[in-house]
Amino acid sequence: MTMPEVEPLLAAMTATLQQRIAALPKAPVMVGIHSGGAWIAERLHQALQLEQPLGLLDISFYRDDFEGKGLHPSVKPSVLPFAIDDQHVILVDDVVMSGRTIRAALNELFDYGRPASVLLAALVDLPQRQLPIQPDVAGIRMDLQPGQRVKLAGPAPLTLTLVDR
Amino acid sequence: MTPTIPPHQLQLNEQGQLRHFLTTEGLSRELLTEILDTADSFVSVGKQQVKKVPLLRGKTVVNLFFENSTRTRTTFELAAKRLSADVLNINISASSTSKGESLMDMLWNLEYMDSDMFIVRHGDSGAPHFIAEFVCPHVAVINAGDGRHAHPTQAMLDMYTIRRHKGAFENLTVAIIGDILHSRVARSQIHALTALGAREIRVIGPKTPIPEDIESLGVKVFYNMAQGLHDVDVISTLRLQERDGICPAAQ
Repeated sequence: MTMPEVEPLLAAMTATLQQRIAALPKAPVMVGIHSGGAWIAERLHQALQLEQPLGLLDISFYRDDFEGKGLHPSVKPSVLPFAIDDQHVILVDDVVMSGRTIRAALNELFDYGRPASVLLAALVDLPQRQLPIQPDVAGIRMDLQPGQRVKLAGPAPLTLTLVDR
Repeated sequence: MTPTIPPHQLQLNEQGQLRHFLTTEGLSRELLTEILDTADSFVSVGKQQVKKVPLLRGKTVVNLFFENSTRTRTTFELAAKRLSADVLNINISASSTSKGESLMDMLWNLEYMDSDMFIVRHGDSGAPHFIAEFVCPHVAVINAGDGRHAHPTQAMLDMYTIRRHKGAFENLTVAIIGDILHSRVARSQIHALTALGAREIRVIGPKTPIPEDIESLGVKVFYNMAQGLHDVDVISTLRLQERDGICPAAQ
């Protein structure tokens, strides 16, 4: 399977997000999930010229597999340089697969406040969901063989690679 | 029952990770740096509207304080609660332990309540070590200060503060001033600073509260404050405590 180029996907996501943002009652804020999601968010944030600075979430403390895996030694502090209350939040991740990372990110987000709405944008949608969570905006949807995964390398250049396990 | 395993072996598991935290002595630079990095990642928790992360949900932490303390106990309690653990605070004055129940009876009782961690403050050097040696394998022990021996978490907090202000330890000359003899904090600071690679560690004080063999820890001794403070980057001051019996006001 050949992997798609990232740049055209980002351009398509930007166009779709522009339409979604135009329908919002006020300008949204953007939050990227560390680390791949943050790279994608940086690019989208720039392309959409959002006023508020970009937020960053490290969801390590909210993972549901902490018991088995332990804490990753390089956890970054989450940085949300704005109040979350009543904001329209665009949550960005690189790959949405099981939906568990997004569950953790939503939990953390709500510990900072009560957003007016959350819109999920992902570069790659791998429909192997274990939770009722779907991206609102996706760069591409890929159907993989069992055991295959997609990994984003970056931050510059951004490239997608297929990982066979 | 007499403790037999040296603390720096007892506190590490087979993978070289901490399973208890009894002393900063004998710990590697990598491990201490990992502790500082991990602490760094929690900085944003206090900025959340809900100041809590679910890391220790379902765990029970017991604060076992055999010696009075307000700051240490409340900060341990707050830290455990912000990590979502359930917390028991047990203040054991000398009178209540002498009701007939031995220390081990009480610990086993607490273990049967499915506790996961004991935070131990004790006036006798080695008490947390003793407890760590005899608890069930699933219980972790953190030393919150024992006698004149060690106060590893206070020392790590001081290392964290130094790193925040100075960035790295390699080029630092650090002076520790005051009653070194009675200070578990000074001892833990010296071990941590040595492991983290501080260039020079000095202790400054009058002769009485400077232990005779302190130079064996690799520190320089100064009896003159002005000389000792010349060209230092960091100063750590220890207060004189009445309980240690050398406070002039108390005598």
